[in-house]
Amino acid sequence: MFAVSALAFSLACTLSGCGKPQDGGALIKIGSVAPLTGPQTHIGKDNENGARLAVDEINARGLTLGGKKVKLELLSEDDQAEPKTATIVAQKLVDAGVVGVIGHLNSGTTIPASRLYSDAGIPQISPSATAVSYTAQGYKTAYRVMANDAQQGRALGQFAVGQLGAKKIAIIDDRSAYGQGLADEFEKAARAAGGTMVAHEFTNDRATDFTAILTSIKGKGPDLVFFGGMDPQGGPMLKQAKRLGLNARFLGGDGVQNLNFMKLAGLDAEGAVASSPGLPIASMPGGPDFRKRFEAKYGPIQLYAPYAYDAVNVLVAAMQRADSADPAKILAALPKTDLQGVCGPIKFDAKGDTQGGAVTLYEVRGGKWRVLETVK
Amino acid sequence: MDIFLQQLVNGLVLGSIYALVALGYTMVYGILELINFAHGEVTMVGAMVALSAIGLLTGVAPELPGVLVVLAGILVAIPACMALAFAIEKIAYRPLRRAPRLAPLITAIGVSIILQNLAMLIWGRQYVSFPAILPGDKYVFFGAQISLLQIAIVVLALLLMAGLWLLVEKTRLGRAMRATAQSREVAELMGVNVDRVISATFVLGAAIAAIAGVMVSAYYGLAHYYMGFMLGLKAFSAAVLGGIGNLAGAMLGGLLLGVIEALGAGYIGDLTGGFLGSNYQDVFAFFVLIGVLVLRPSGLLGERVANRA
Repeated sequence: MFAVSALAFSLACTLSGCGKPQDGGALIKIGSVAPLTGPQTHIGKDNENGARLAVDEINARGLTLGGKKVKLELLSEDDQAEPKTATIVAQKLVDAGVVGVIGHLNSGTTIPASRLYSDAGIPQISPSATAVSYTAQGYKTAYRVMANDAQQGRALGQFAVGQLGAKKIAIIDDRSAYGQGLADEFEKAARAAGGTMVAHEFTNDRATDFTAILTSIKGKGPDLVFFGGMDPQGGPMLKQAKRLGLNARFLGGDGVQNLNFMKLAGLDAEGAVASSPGLPIASMPGGPDFRKRFEAKYGPIQLYAPYAYDAVNVLVAAMQRADSADPAKILAALPKTDLQGVCGPIKFDAKGDTQGGAVTLYEVRGGKWRVLETVK
Repeated sequence: MDIFLQQLVNGLVLGSIYALVALGYTMVYGILELINFAHGEVTMVGAMVALSAIGLLTGVAPELPGVLVVLAGILVAIPACMALAFAIEKIAYRPLRRAPRLAPLITAIGVSIILQNLAMLIWGRQYVSFPAILPGDKYVFFGAQISLLQIAIVVLALLLMAGLWLLVEKTRLGRAMRATAQSREVAELMGVNVDRVISATFVLGAAIAAIAGVMVSAYYGLAHYYMGFMLGLKAFSAAVLGGIGNLAGAMLGGLLLGVIEALGAGYIGDLTGGFLGSNYQDVFAFFVLIGVLVLRPSGLLGERVANRA
């Protein structure tokens, strides 16, 4: 009976054009893309939740554009962290008529998708794609709210040689646009600071066995191993390294600076160092408050949720300045963004990168990520 | 030398796990000529069930020694996987037994996708980490570090293989399996209950897969709903390498593939002067597979058809 009435209701909706909510406002669609299946699912869901929290809050507050009340709707898509799926779901969102996209999560998916958004003239704000090339393609639609790999790799390379005193360095990257990009920037900076690279090995973002490359690295006797990649590989990698008796310092980027890495590496995580763009969440201007609101709804923050949250707010602020949900008018308003986000002040440079993004270094001590220092 | 020995040990441990999973592929293929792509997922379910049981047990009785807890986990996982494989065969494959061979193959892929998604719903999308309850004793032989866990995995795998071998060669059920493999119709005429034999084959393969699943998750310290896919693919390759349908072939193929992968990843960079790196690890393993298949299309031990189970 319930099913029948629900069907009747939805049918009535279709007939009378219920695209609009009851209070008469129009529905504005925003896309969110992240891997929602596969090894990085937990981080992808985290991004979606961050964006959803922002959308829900804005809807609860009420949004008025051009004198009319409007309601936001978040269309969430799964790109499986795969470049080819990314372009398919990007097209799907374009066809669905979204006015802006929050995503994607990985650099490897954000870059191929960015062309489609650029062709369609839809603004794209990635919460977490850090590869330099994303905003270097010259697309007027590509923005991000996080420091890029050049800034992060530089900080990591200098820190490895300077503060950690590494001389012989081994690098592992997962061959993704993110991992490779970060590893390359790291290598440049570490070399410039006087470090020697003794090995460069590769894995992929689906692998679980690293014993072979770690054994090979152990033979070269490095005092630091840098990993460019995400926590599903980083955690087990560190565990396997310790088991093989490879006691070099472990260093990684923002892909491993999360709770899951600690869970996967267990006690072996002790002493690992990793960076993350931006400030630590506790020192973010709106961090502790954001954490409270987020965790009440979705549980612990995995990684980039605050950035996805900020990205939605950047997009909506541009809408409000343009007083329109027309993508072309939003695009015209985006360069003038000057927003106090959860993660800090957000302003864009000519390419769509954030200005003066900070990078913070963390170390695992006593089973927790503790802040070492923040570099500008 | 110590690095070479270490790589060999890495490869042997990985290879014994491949071999155990490959046995399930090869047994089913031997009897039905069906590639049961859901077998990798059965392995995953084994790991997940065992982890849940282990988690429960450590919560209830934290003072129990780790080895016992893991053993209990295995003992829970085995019947779970057996029941699962029994159900898969009955629901998904048996109705298609007289259908063209492509139909059950596609069904197998479908079952694999269903199991992955069910596991995602039950155990979540996160990686589940294996609690550090096993003793981490390490021994050093000629500079290579060998852990107690690694020794246990290899020894247990060899025992299981020997046990399966005896079962197929020496018992009534084994004889019925061999007869069914040679000719289903004739076996049926001789009074063999073919349906029961086929069920038994699936269930037996699943029991071994459950143990292999626990081994993988204990060895790498993690499990997730996605882990069965690549493992299944590698194990299937191992079965083909050794000659699919042949028990000894699956064991040899598994061990070989593990060692080739480890040595390939470890040395390819040095051998080619950095031209090819360890990113060619999987390519290298599959390259060897292609090479073997070109020279011996039926696999390394694929000719002794009478021996297949």
